[in-house]
Amino acid sequence: MIADRPSLRHRLAERGVDRTLLLLVPGVVFVLALFAYPVLYGLQLSFQPAEGGGPFANYRKFFADPYLADTILITLRLAIPAALVNVLASVPIAYRMRGRFRGKRLLTTILVVPITLGTVLTAEGLIQYLGPVGWFNKIIIAVGLTDEPIRLVHNYWGVLFSLIITGFPFAFLLTLSYLSGIDPTLEQAAATLGADWRGRFRHITLPLLAPGLAITFCLTFVLAFSVFPSAYLVGLPQGETRVISIAAYEAAFRDADYPLGSAIAMIMAAVMLVVIGLVLAWRSRLYRGATGGKG
Amino acid sequence: MRNSVGGWLVWGAVAFFLVNLFGLVASVVVNSFATQWFGTWWPAGLTSSWYSTAWRELDLLGVLAVTLQVAVAVVVLSVLIGVPTAYALARGNFPGKKLVTVLFLLPILMPPMTYGIPLATVLYKFDLAGGMAGVIIANLVPSVPFVVLTMTPFIEQIDQKIEAAARMCGANTAAVFGRVLAPLLVPGILAASILVLVRTVGMFELTFLTAGPGSQTLVVSLYEAMFSAGIRAQQAVDAMAVIYTGSMLVLLVIALRFVNPTQLVTRMKEPT
Amino acid sequence: MSFNELHIDRVRREFGTHVALRDLDLTIKGGEFVALLGPSGCGKSTALNCLAGLLPLTGGRITMDGDRIDTVPPERRGFGMVFQNYALFPHLSVRRNVAFGLSMRKVAKAERERRTHEALRLVQLTDHATKFPAQLSGGQQQRVAIARAVVLAPRLVLMDEPLSNLDASLRLEMRSEIRRLHQTLGLTTVYVTHDQEEALALADRLVVLRDGLVQQVGSPEEVYANPANRYVAGFMGYRNLLPVRMTGADTVAGNGFTLTGVNRDGCADGAAVAAFRPSDVTVAAEEGANTVRATVELVEYHGREQAVEARLPGGETLHVRAESRLAPGDDVLLHVPRDRVLVFAP
Repeated sequence: MIADRPSLRHRLAERGVDRTLLLLVPGVVFVLALFAYPVLYGLQLSFQPAEGGGPFANYRKFFADPYLADTILITLRLAIPAALVNVLASVPIAYRMRGRFRGKRLLTTILVVPITLGTVLTAEGLIQYLGPVGWFNKIIIAVGLTDEPIRLVHNYWGVLFSLIITGFPFAFLLTLSYLSGIDPTLEQAAATLGADWRGRFRHITLPLLAPGLAITFCLTFVLAFSVFPSAYLVGLPQGETRVISIAAYEAAFRDADYPLGSAIAMIMAAVMLVVIGLVLAWRSRLYRGATGGKG
Repeated sequence: MRNSVGGWLVWGAVAFFLVNLFGLVASVVVNSFATQWFGTWWPAGLTSSWYSTAWRELDLLGVLAVTLQVAVAVVVLSVLIGVPTAYALARGNFPGKKLVTVLFLLPILMPPMTYGIPLATVLYKFDLAGGMAGVIIANLVPSVPFVVLTMTPFIEQIDQKIEAAARMCGANTAAVFGRVLAPLLVPGILAASILVLVRTVGMFELTFLTAGPGSQTLVVSLYEAMFSAGIRAQQAVDAMAVIYTGSMLVLLVIALRFVNPTQLVTRMKEPT
Repeated sequence: MSFNELHIDRVRREFGTHVALRDLDLTIKGGEFVALLGPSGCGKSTALNCLAGLLPLTGGRITMDGDRIDTVPPERRGFGMVFQNYALFPHLSVRRNVAFGLSMRKVAKAERERRTHEALRLVQLTDHATKFPAQLSGGQQQRVAIARAVVLAPRLVLMDEPLSNLDASLRLEMRSEIRRLHQTLGLTTVYVTHDQEEALALADRLVVLRDGLVQQVGSPEEVYANPANRYVAGFMGYRNLLPVRMTGADTVAGNGFTLTGVNRDGCADGAAVAAFRPSDVTVAAEEGANTVRATVELVEYHGREQAVEARLPGGETLHVRAESRLAPGDDVLLHVPRDRVLVFAP
């Protein structure tokens, strides 16, 4: 008798389970073993405090000790302004630069340079250039804007500038991408209907750009929130720029308290996810459909 | 575009940013050539001796070799693991696909510190950290998902009917892959490799957490050198920083021949 | 609000080294429906965009009743425009799309709602007012685009190939809609298309363009029956364009045939083109004036007629539409009346 049900292999293939899935195996194994497992291990470790006291002892310790708990606020005080500046400044500049003009490729290339320079070189440059005897202070004193050098490094400002320098080009290029993805005929239509550039920007461009800006903010925020080397190099790692990654690092590697270090890393992830979650929740209330692409 | 006050402001802001950026980089470069520079507009004298000092004392040749080895290993391995995965995700439509996609998105989105510390802990536990192996493994963690993320849309764009057409012409699986798919994939793999290369050379936190004395990449070495600036002259450190920047710029120039600046930074395909 | 005359004076538009429009001279009277007709690249869309103010002029000027308008930005010209891809604002509902121009003009809310409702009623979309563009079909989106453009009662309505993205039956339906709207509202319209049938059906006047230059301006009847040159003839359905030489005032000779026609370009001698419509060719019973022998190659069934391709002894292809029943391979004698053969310069 011939079976009239398709074979098991056939039925599985209908649902997408076939030999191609085998290709997934190395990648999935890799991510599970070297990402999921360590993270879960760290999570589990964070519930096993070195000095006993119950599973949440590390977390209680973190929030009880102002030296540790303040790091959340310190990091947010750096990351949110940096991300906001980067995103908000990128909008008018990208708006101006979205057409074709001579030297556009050159300009975008120049803007990519700070990112590839990386945080360490930026930090070194900031120390020299913005330092008390660096060129920047020299110029503003010579011009007469101030009598004494302004303290711009080894404090909050140094780190903030570092975050803006390395973060702005990233935000700018993302914003430019999103802006270019808006159908130009939409603005033309708005013009024929009587909207000047302010009206076009407010009613057409901005609403269509906002979801992309939310994503840009999230990504820039993640970069800024993870600040580490510049907090040491151009900041005050034991004082006003003691960011949460420093607290995690010191707990794990200086004090060899891996459980506490892991706990702090988890808290760091949680805070970040909360901020991103809020932004994405706001974003979901906007129109997020197709915007037409390059016409 | 009409020139308006707003327009000039925008260009002014851009110019201000670029001028200061240039000043930043120039400070480091000039200092690396300075005999002494104590708070004057220009150094007392110029010399290139700091470069040889830095080269010798900071073992730059060794560090460069390590950086190159780590970077190449990471590129090769992440492509080997990532491309098949990307193919399966691009072509497949299986239950749990969304979950797998999120799984590969997480290592890129999470700050390296958050998974780096537990990862380093695990690597130390298994005695893998402290050497090249540990550094390579640690840097693979964001790189494999990155290759997957970059290659999946690339493969999705290759019309599936091309594979069907090849089969209708009589090609078996090996031929479909070797003679039809592979040539189409090469530009994407090249772009992804370059992006991984640039990222790995510049990646600080992961190498910092897992490296030992003989396995530091250039950026970590530079960081350590900056902290020992008390012992050794700032100029030597700056010389090293310039060498680091120089290598990154060389990489950047090569990279930009194959990918455009937006892709380099945002790892997204520009909307076409 | 209407005007008397719009003058387009020697308008020129260049894109780098490419000249899209050269010396465009046109007068549009208030209330008329003008069609700009031509193939891709002839400059018709460029002309429309220049009229709208979306492209600045490289040379020339545009005046309306004496006032210069080419220096006025698009948002102040008061023209309505329907784009080829409709350009509906995806984040606004149908109602808010249509009301957009009214809000830009700061029209009071009550009147805004009244006029929007009126416009939606005109295009029969009142039931879809709260929907978003993505939820509408192509035809419905197009009607929203039209409503949005006309709700402001603009002095001039510009339409850039609005029907080209629709399928065939919808296109015919929307064509009648546009005609009906023009008859109802009486708004001056400039309509760009590459479809000669559309242009003939809709326009009061036709402007045929090629490579940025006007080839002919006239009513549909004029352009259809009396094309000005071989290019316009070819575009208006004179599919047979045979290379010939002049042998007399009205006679020409081709490869193995002679024809008598109407010498439109006043050609004296030398090379010329004989143009005539496929539908003007009939099967002849016997040899005579203006008959040629040909061999049938291709036959397409078109209901009552056949579309036939026949090869002349000299090798050229003749296009015929006839009610006869021919088959490939047939030797046939074909005839064209002499007043239907137009002779042009090549």
